[in-house]
Amino acid sequence: MAAQTIIDKLKILADAAKYDASCASSGSSKRNSLQSGGIGSTEGMGICHAYAPDGRCISLLKILMTNFCIYDCSYCINRVSSNVERARFTPQEIVRLTLDFYKRNYIEGLFLSSGVIRNADYTMEQMIEVVRTLREEHLFQGYIHLKTIPNADPILRLEAAKFADRVSINIELPKDQSIDRFAPEKSGTEIRSAMAHMRTHLDDEADKAKTARRRKVKAASPAGQSTQMIVGADAASDGDILKTSSSLYAGYGLRRVYYSAYSPIPDTSLHLPPLKTPLIREHRLYQADWLMRFYGFEIEEIAGPDRPMLDLDIDPKLAWALTARDRFPVDINRADRETLLRVPGLGVKAVNRIIAARRHGRLRYADLSRLVQSVRKIAPFIVTGDWTPGGMLDAVDLRQRLAPAPEQLSLI
Amino acid sequence: MIRVTLDSQNDADEWREMARLLCSHGIEPADVSWAAPGAMVDDLFGGETPPAEPGPRKLSVPKAFPDLLKRAICHSDPARFSLLYRLLWRLQKEPRLLSNPADTDTIELNGLIKSVSRDCHKMKAFVRFRDIGMEGARERFAAWFEPDHYIVELTAPFFMRRFASMDWAIYTPRRSVAWDGKQLVFGPGATRDSVPAEDAVEDQWKAYYVSIFNPARVKVNAMTSEMPKKYWKNLPEAALIPDLIAGAQARVTAMQAAGPSMPNPQTDKWREKRALEEETGLPPMEALNRQLAKCRDCPIGECATQVVKGEGPLDARLMIIGEQPGDQEDLRGRPFVGPAGQLLDKALDEAGIDRQQAYVTNAVKHFKYSMRGKRRQHQRPTADEIRRCRDWVRREVEIVQPQLILLLGATAAYSLLDTRKPMRDLRQSLWGYDAAQVAITVHPSYLLRLPEAEQAPAYEAFVEDLSRIPRLLDGLPPLSQKAKLSLPV
Repeated sequence: MAAQTIIDKLKILADAAKYDASCASSGSSKRNSLQSGGIGSTEGMGICHAYAPDGRCISLLKILMTNFCIYDCSYCINRVSSNVERARFTPQEIVRLTLDFYKRNYIEGLFLSSGVIRNADYTMEQMIEVVRTLREEHLFQGYIHLKTIPNADPILRLEAAKFADRVSINIELPKDQSIDRFAPEKSGTEIRSAMAHMRTHLDDEADKAKTARRRKVKAASPAGQSTQMIVGADAASDGDILKTSSSLYAGYGLRRVYYSAYSPIPDTSLHLPPLKTPLIREHRLYQADWLMRFYGFEIEEIAGPDRPMLDLDIDPKLAWALTARDRFPVDINRADRETLLRVPGLGVKAVNRIIAARRHGRLRYADLSRLVQSVRKIAPFIVTGDWTPGGMLDAVDLRQRLAPAPEQLSLI
Repeated sequence: MIRVTLDSQNDADEWREMARLLCSHGIEPADVSWAAPGAMVDDLFGGETPPAEPGPRKLSVPKAFPDLLKRAICHSDPARFSLLYRLLWRLQKEPRLLSNPADTDTIELNGLIKSVSRDCHKMKAFVRFRDIGMEGARERFAAWFEPDHYIVELTAPFFMRRFASMDWAIYTPRRSVAWDGKQLVFGPGATRDSVPAEDAVEDQWKAYYVSIFNPARVKVNAMTSEMPKKYWKNLPEAALIPDLIAGAQARVTAMQAAGPSMPNPQTDKWREKRALEEETGLPPMEALNRQLAKCRDCPIGECATQVVKGEGPLDARLMIIGEQPGDQEDLRGRPFVGPAGQLLDKALDEAGIDRQQAYVTNAVKHFKYSMRGKRRQHQRPTADEIRRCRDWVRREVEIVQPQLILLLGATAAYSLLDTRKPMRDLRQSLWGYDAAQVAITVHPSYLLRLPEAEQAPAYEAFVEDLSRIPRLLDGLPPLSQKAKLSLPV
């Protein structure tokens, strides 16, 4: 077999990395090459340098160090039993690619993940070598996201956190039984312990950085940790999934839980469902996740035991409002922030605008068109001095009137 | 009508000087017409020239205005100058105007700023540098970009901070900027051919773009809303998009048609190796802890982070058994490290007990909690959960064979001794379990929950209880004579 060129390896190892949903490059500490020498900057806001036709942003060079792997996770294209073509980058090759791409302004930085070769510790050490070289030899100030390996030595994971803006460990699946079944070498408790260990470490480091008199002590992984779970490969309900993610947020201070709708992979395993999960389910989960984190919703309100699956046709806030009509209409001129946030069709920005505008005088129905995206959508749920929804709110066909026209979201 | 012709498209200072002059004379917005350089001047009504000296009127603007002005003036809309003047005019009478998102002028201003910001953001994202060779030790790059607005000055500092160590130039139709490691130099507009047509790394970038795309989830609208087609002509990767979309369906169909594959032969080799590793014999406590980590006899195991194992010397004379791990114990994987643990450490210290010499564990091995908003709220284990966990702690006792066991709290007492007696009875006397004597007192977290006035006496009684321990141990045979049960390895 002819030796693989860099492009050959890149094709294999980027293809292998595309199932990781995260592309975030935001929320890290501010730094730049003008102050530090070297190259690169992070200024808080993430930048998406390109978009692929799958609608996902390309912010980071997202690659695997290698797709050789001794684990056998059914859902993963790189599992030991898969027949996919294998490749491996040397640390130097990854450093070179990252810098070449960065200097041409293609990327914000690097998202490095890897299959497990030899053992978890050896793999982690190789990954650390990449980020250490970037940071220490090239004074690279760009963003680095490292996917750590759950059963690697905790010391190595902390070493990784020293260089990375963000570290992540995939929880993989919403329930421990599914992890046992589909990822036999991993375990839920091992993954959670790794997250807990990282959290306590990051908390301790952040405390140290805060109390340090001069800001010499750099907080480890300033953009925190995140995780990803596959949706639709097992039978877990949306309620199960949201319950798992809310305990991950609360327990380990995660910045983000990414949901990845299960889709068929090349060289698929016998153990997996043949059908793909509708992308809209993933979308609804993100909406529900947002409602719980930023809108004050409790899980029982969105996906309680009585209706564990989110409605695919309408967003979860509207679905909740239709069952809680006694809490509406809401007076736009008087309601507090929490109440306004619960009105279907009002986002955080619109609520901020409403609150700012009503300090200048009572809002009339016509004013709202300048403040919110769609007055038609919120109309049944609100009152203003010159508007009440009347029977609209109690109408049996309210759902039909507000649900978006059915649309073909995916081809298969 | 006063006619103002500006020298620059986006010089906030120039506009401000002029606007200040006009406004200080009380010249109404309707009486001024603004023109940017190169604009067609309509002289139908003849234009008066602006006054030369400042007028009597004192002007003031909110703090935020200069910054908003700096950004809004970069918009390409020719009406921006007069909108800004109208705002300046109105601000003299309505100082809170800018904080009203329902005002039409404010909305218009915010609209200008938003589209300038978006243009800046897209410039930061979509500029593509090409290598133009080294000069000395410095790498040099150049890019061609076509922004919608006059934003080269706004975005240049971003590129300077990011690419400080290389020389670079960005050319746009209206303006150009170059960085040489020392300063930013702005120049006139340029043409596309100021930049070479290719770059060696672009093929790698295109290969990456093709490979990172997932054909199983085509969402073209999501792409074009963030990367509108107007930018495509200057993005090397964009030329690949039509083929990627056209071929996606066929790739997915092929994937599904191929169906599941047989495992690759490598698999069995690894399976055997792993099986071998698992068969190796382990010391009894290690084996117990491994089984324990997998325990799902009750539902709390799946929610907890990890099992909190006991810790301490395996030949300890004293074993301390608490109730259940709390939040900190769950995160750190060690018993008694949270607030209750700190209180216990203090009390042990005062009672003359060395925690390092004791084996410390819990009656229930996993943290149990309910979600209270965004927090994990500790919940007490049910009797059923205590019973299901009982076997683990009893096996720990079997392995360690302590001479004395100290139970903290009613849960530990129920777990080990199966008693539901009230604490005031339990702590009075000495009990027995297996070959060990058993002393019982309250759990330190009970002390933390007491009203503040009751805490001090309760703590004293707690230390008093603990103080019995060293005396009891003194009355027992020393470690060397501790009868060791032979355990199957």
